[in-house]
Amino acid sequence: MSDAVLRQPIRRQKEEGLKGIRDIGLDDAALHAFLSETWKTPKGFSGWLTTVDHKLIGRRYIVTAFLFLILAGLSALVMRFQLASPESGRIGPDLYNQLFTMHGTTMMFLFAVPVMEAFAVYLVPLMIGTRNVAFPRLNAFSYWVYLGGGLMIWIAFACNTGADAGWFDYVPLGGPEYGIGKRSDFWAQMVTFTEVSALAVAVEIIATVFKQRAPGMTLDRIPLYVWAVLVTSFLILFAMPAVMVSSTMLILDRLVGTHFFNQAEGGDPLLWQHLFWFFGHPEVYIIFIPATGFVSSILPTFTRRPVFGYLAIVLSLISIGFLSFGLWVHHMFATGLPQLGSSFFTASSMMIAIPSGIQIFCWIATLWGGRPIFATPLLFVLGFIFTFVIGGLTGVMVASVPLDLQVHDTYFVVAHFHYVLVGGAVFPLIGAVYYWFPKITGRMMSERLGRWSFWLIVIGFNATFFPMHILGLQGMPRRVYTYPLESGWGGMNLFVSLSALVLLAGFAVFFLNVLASLRNGRIAGDNPWNASTLEWATTSPPQPYNFARLPAVTHGEPLWAEGDTLPAIEGLRVDAREVIAGTVADATPQIREPSADNSIWPLLAALAVGATFLASIFTPWAVVWGAIPVAITLIGWFWPKGTPEDEE
Amino acid sequence: MKPSRSLRFVCTAPVLLVAGCSEWQSALHPYGENARTTLSLILSFAIICTIVWILVMLALAGALLRRRSNAEGLRPPLETDPRRERGFTRMVGSAVAATVLILVGLTIASFFAGKSNAALTGKEMLTVRVTGHQWWWEVRYQDASPSHTIISANEIHVPVGEPVKIELDSGDVIHSFWVPSLAGKRDLIPGRPSEITLLVDKPGVYRGQCAEFCGYQHAHMAITVVAQRPDAFDAWRKAQLADAVPPAGAQQRRGQQVFLSTGCVLCHTIRGTPAGGTSGPDLTHVASRQGLAADTLPMTRGALGAWIADPQSVKPGAKMPRVDLGPDDLNAVVAYVGSLK
Repeated sequence: MSDAVLRQPIRRQKEEGLKGIRDIGLDDAALHAFLSETWKTPKGFSGWLTTVDHKLIGRRYIVTAFLFLILAGLSALVMRFQLASPESGRIGPDLYNQLFTMHGTTMMFLFAVPVMEAFAVYLVPLMIGTRNVAFPRLNAFSYWVYLGGGLMIWIAFACNTGADAGWFDYVPLGGPEYGIGKRSDFWAQMVTFTEVSALAVAVEIIATVFKQRAPGMTLDRIPLYVWAVLVTSFLILFAMPAVMVSSTMLILDRLVGTHFFNQAEGGDPLLWQHLFWFFGHPEVYIIFIPATGFVSSILPTFTRRPVFGYLAIVLSLISIGFLSFGLWVHHMFATGLPQLGSSFFTASSMMIAIPSGIQIFCWIATLWGGRPIFATPLLFVLGFIFTFVIGGLTGVMVASVPLDLQVHDTYFVVAHFHYVLVGGAVFPLIGAVYYWFPKITGRMMSERLGRWSFWLIVIGFNATFFPMHILGLQGMPRRVYTYPLESGWGGMNLFVSLSALVLLAGFAVFFLNVLASLRNGRIAGDNPWNASTLEWATTSPPQPYNFARLPAVTHGEPLWAEGDTLPAIEGLRVDAREVIAGTVADATPQIREPSADNSIWPLLAALAVGATFLASIFTPWAVVWGAIPVAITLIGWFWPKGTPEDEE
Repeated sequence: MKPSRSLRFVCTAPVLLVAGCSEWQSALHPYGENARTTLSLILSFAIICTIVWILVMLALAGALLRRRSNAEGLRPPLETDPRRERGFTRMVGSAVAATVLILVGLTIASFFAGKSNAALTGKEMLTVRVTGHQWWWEVRYQDASPSHTIISANEIHVPVGEPVKIELDSGDVIHSFWVPSLAGKRDLIPGRPSEITLLVDKPGVYRGQCAEFCGYQHAHMAITVVAQRPDAFDAWRKAQLADAVPPAGAQQRRGQQVFLSTGCVLCHTIRGTPAGGTSGPDLTHVASRQGLAADTLPMTRGALGAWIADPQSVKPGAKMPRVDLGPDDLNAVVAYVGSLK
């Protein structure tokens, strides 16, 4: 039977006011017809604006984040062009300062955190066997707000109003007295945009993981990646408000003359640093923890065995989450804190190496116990271990107060955190792209180009960043647009700049591979890697409704334990969007929960919120007048409609 | 070493600076108590971390290269060998225990290094007050009698072998005082005075640089520490206390007149003349210093000319404006300022 024939009865039933068709007894074709009608995104532009499908939103989130990666990467290349030789005048201090600020800001706020959230938005519902995230419209809203913030700060940069006081925007340099024009205001408001969107995603991921897991997916059967993003979401929930508060205080200082950070009026510039790093340190783990989730997903598939030490890894993730809130002062050792206080933060910073170490050891044990298949995703995981361990160990070094006082704010620290963030998060991320590309697009990426991109990226990265350790010890400070000829740093800087081109080539091959494979990649099939988690139990790419029948789970590696005969749940409606909500610990089904339809209101609300944020850079009255459109869009968004239960 | 030899460090600075360029502000070449303790800490951490990294990589390599039997190749993914898994548990457990031990050891080593660095505090005889400005350092040698207070810029002279207290404060944004060969860094935060103790053990010229991003010309905010034998230091101090030398010859006199009748006088002080501005560096003995504009340029006549003629092309964004001077006036001012030893 064709789809058209099958849709007939749906329409007829709707016309006749019949509601509540369940999936019980429907054959596969009928089920597909009903569900794709119910969960579809309309074709064309309006569908693009109104969709709440987590896969479409996740995909556009990923693409947008990678576009920001390209912008930020190119900024870094321009910086390396300037630093390739001493006393060079290729770009002046004004542009250089904007570039390094935009590089850091974009990488942290517009690439690293969003791309991790993007993958979570895409993968979590598939991995836990549900049809959409818990708050689909909030999800759409979060993307639009994120896009707005990113566009705003880059358009400001294009208009020579790029933020120029560093991604940390220390006051008083970023404050009303020394931060010229509107540069810092755009920066602070971009933070507000991206944090609103990050909080929205965190809330929906927590609710999704807690309430919407497939029946039988008890806490000890949750895939490690899902555990990782769950912990991350809690970190976002507790860390991001600190930076939203501080960026708002900064805007108030700048716009309406409050004195939160003005020591002359009883404020304190150190308050900014405490608030910023109370967010800023967990931020690193918000980026790193999901990456460990990628590693824990890729490893079992390519070693043909479950990850060794599931419980140890889960507990490590949770303890990293807690500890990450006790480290922020190690960014502030040079501010002159009392020795006892600093020693506490030395100890806590060293301590976080323990859970990170446990994870590394468990992964190596997994490799010992399995049979490695050296496909590109595994190569990137190996590159990750090789590189990240260096970053972790230099992290132990900078945890020491006296040692940090020498290397703080030098290229040593630049090397350290690039090892942690690129080696620790971007390598697994690229591995994740190779791994899930077949699921997302239905096509395989080229293994040949994959190997090329792997070697170019890993060699290019290490050649670019390893010498920076030495430059830092030789006394080269960070954030300098030039350095004297007599310093003797010229040779190594030239080497670093040239190596950056190798890194660039690696990323170029990677992006080329993505684009070429989109058109010409081999057709993937449902489970090309023969992996064990639920996202591989559905088609590639998945249907709008994810699973025709929601799976139930009896094992931590369901597809390995059950093969093709995954038990399924029946009884959900097919003519209205429904998901199963269950208990937090055991995922015992409790109710059929309606899931929101497509809607234009999230976009309109994001526009209203974005316009309010943008205008409040220029006048505080924007908050007053902006409240009106925000209220209207929210009323539209939440306008009560009859829910399926009410109609039954 | 005779005093005259240490004095040479001051007089022949450009030569020394070139000779010392391999050790240009490097934490790897300590000449002070604090930096030496820290370097041994850095080296011990680096050695231990390298060993740990090598061990992890060996474990990883072993896992990848281990021979696997055919039977193992056919085993379904969920059938793990319980005996083997117990072995892994033991191995991971011992690795974690070793990690904990190493971390405890490193934490203790770090604590004692910090304590030894802090032990110098409180034993200082001499206090120097350094105030950070965008983008230069104001240096004051405090004395009970105001007439014995020395005000200088961008260059600190200290006697060797004697702890010197450096009091730090900022006049505008946050800066960070860092002379890597002597000690770790300390931030200058407006409204929060702090201090750091330097103990230099060899006469010489040591370069430092602002380490906290402070705006446009953060890259050109260097400070020079000149360590001298105590008698040479006393001689320097005495020389600095004197008023500026009066202009000698017609050109220098004209230079002084131009200086006093144009914008220069609004920001700079030259003791012994009516020039009393305080928003720029004190120039009373500017020509005795080694560098110009926070060591952006060496102290040579040509550099002085370039700097005075157009500061904005040498150090874009610097607070010193361009003052339009005719060629003769410019030469005269350069001659006069260059004579202020």
